[in-house]
Amino acid sequence: MSHKDGKKQTGIERLENAFAVCKAEGRRAVSPFITAGDPDSETTVAILKSISTAGATCCELGVPYSDPIADGAVIQSSYTRALNAGMNLEKMFSIVSEIREACEMPLLAMASYSLIFRSGIEAFVKRGESSGLAGFVVPDLPLEESDELDEQCRRSGLALVRLVTPTTPPERAREIAKRSTGFLYCVSVAGVTGERTALPDGLIDRIKWLRKESNVPILVGFGISSADQAREVATVADGVIVGSAVVRCLEEARDAETMASAAGSFVQELVKSCQVC
Amino acid sequence: MSRVQAESVDQKLSAVPDNFGRFGRFGGRYVPETLSAALNQLEKAYDDAIIDPEFVSELEELFGAFVGRPTPLLFAERLTEKAGGAQIYFKREDLSHTGAHKINNTLGQALLAMRMGKKRIIAETGAGQHGVATATACARFGLECIVYMGAEDVRRQSPNVRTMKLMGAEVRPVESGSRTLRDAINEAMRDWMATVETTHYIIGSVVGPHPFPRIVRDFQSVIGRETIECCNKLFGRLPDTVVACVGGGSNAAGMFYPFVDFPDVRLVGIEAGGRSSNEGEHAAPLTYGTPGILHGSLSYVLQDLDGQTADVHSVSAGLDYPGVGPEHSYWRDSGRVDYTSVTDAAALDAFDMVAQQEGVLPALETSHALAWAVEAASEMSPEEILVVCMSGRGDKDAAEIARLRGQE
Repeated sequence: MSHKDGKKQTGIERLENAFAVCKAEGRRAVSPFITAGDPDSETTVAILKSISTAGATCCELGVPYSDPIADGAVIQSSYTRALNAGMNLEKMFSIVSEIREACEMPLLAMASYSLIFRSGIEAFVKRGESSGLAGFVVPDLPLEESDELDEQCRRSGLALVRLVTPTTPPERAREIAKRSTGFLYCVSVAGVTGERTALPDGLIDRIKWLRKESNVPILVGFGISSADQAREVATVADGVIVGSAVVRCLEEARDAETMASAAGSFVQELVKSCQVC
Repeated sequence: MSRVQAESVDQKLSAVPDNFGRFGRFGGRYVPETLSAALNQLEKAYDDAIIDPEFVSELEELFGAFVGRPTPLLFAERLTEKAGGAQIYFKREDLSHTGAHKINNTLGQALLAMRMGKKRIIAETGAGQHGVATATACARFGLECIVYMGAEDVRRQSPNVRTMKLMGAEVRPVESGSRTLRDAINEAMRDWMATVETTHYIIGSVVGPHPFPRIVRDFQSVIGRETIECCNKLFGRLPDTVVACVGGGSNAAGMFYPFVDFPDVRLVGIEAGGRSSNEGEHAAPLTYGTPGILHGSLSYVLQDLDGQTADVHSVSAGLDYPGVGPEHSYWRDSGRVDYTSVTDAAALDAFDMVAQQEGVLPALETSHALAWAVEAASEMSPEEILVVCMSGRGDKDAAEIARLRGQE
């Protein structure tokens, strides 16, 4: 599909295609999150392939960071395990390259700005582009500090997915939506990542409002942990992001093979719940 | 980089930060979007407060009757004699209520929290001094107080843990990562992410996202202002050299800031040299680090080539931190302040020397500055005046020092 016309697609175009396919098939997008290198590179590749086969629209690959202030206990522990097992940027980009060869599913790197800044913004984005990333989600980079990364991403055709939260005032949310590429990440709750039993009050209305303000798809994340919650969000949003619940599902699996199949089954269930017509 | 303005030659060094929280290239605000609104609210509340005469006079009254300010400048006579050079003076922040300079900031920020209608306070602490100062301010104003403290620091600074609890605060030990100050800050930030609408985070040093580095510096600047006033009165002039220890750097920032526009005064910041200059054995980002982002601002930091925060070590819990306030990075690169480091061993020796020569038990953090001061004084002339910021008292360290020496 992507190489049909022989022209290399940009990361943003690959995401657009993935969302278009979803729409054509009457589904909402499902974007799981997994940590690169937890427990190791080979398993991460196997999990990503399984997730792709299960019908994930795209996937966020968490880049382990030593001080992730936006993450709750589940992802934090996963990052620590990955770092202790020797995960680093070089290995992370190799995982991306391998997946780019093997599947169409676009990968976004969920990376702290601390890591991006240390490598050099231009160098990091170029590395992302050449390894085949579709874009970035940078959870600790607010609008005001993002000009340089934004510019580099635009040059490389990579998405810079921005986040709006319940504490974001409407004017600011509009500006963030306008500048988000690939999709807009609507954070469901004020807080860190992690599973929650119920969707917060007012979320559906917030999504409806954002839907009118945004030209890119809106995916909702933080705290979505079950197929039922995904189904509810899918009635109004363009898709769901499921992180901690996937990571916990992997934690419970014993070995690499079970991990890949467990993640696959869970994603399949989410994809099914996001079938809207 | 478009926002980073070229500094004009005649611009004063003190004219920072700009509206984006930049100290030269350093500082800024690298935080999750969830916190953006709260930081904007804090910035506005602070701008309003400092031009409100009621706020200013309330804080001044508290500084007087509650903290015991102004703190005195003590001539360290026997230490001076022993060093055999410059006259050594101690700016006695250790005599402040709760035993360290930290209270200056926590009172100011607690008042700000109340102006913003926030009744729940969270804080991180390393040595426990900031935790105690926060618990104290909260008790004074009837605010709920939760202090995050690395589990390793809970162990080595247990007297302060007890004090916090006595003041009615809840102390939450942090078991993640290195179980020290850096992890306590991570945990406090996470709490704040979920509670930001009802909670104020009283950060304890000149670190973190804008506007914290500015607010904490301003509240601590009373140290430097009093020192200037006192020196003018006692000597009819400013001191020649002023030295302070630097972890996150709040006592140093408060001491140095009023001096930065007086180029004749030499300013020296002392970092924790730990056991050696090898990575993981010290906590001296200005000496050995590179510019990077940690806990919401751009500053010198100890990290690996990927950007992962490095392990650090210091005998002193309050200096055991891989980052430093952005204004210190600005002063370092502009050459206005000299930064160097002092080892664990030298700090412990200085602790003994000052205790025995002066009858003042300095905090282990402060002992780093004292070690440098004694050395430097010996190479200066007797006409010269050297002021050490005696940032805190050392009672909290007595048990840990005994343990280190196998005298438990």
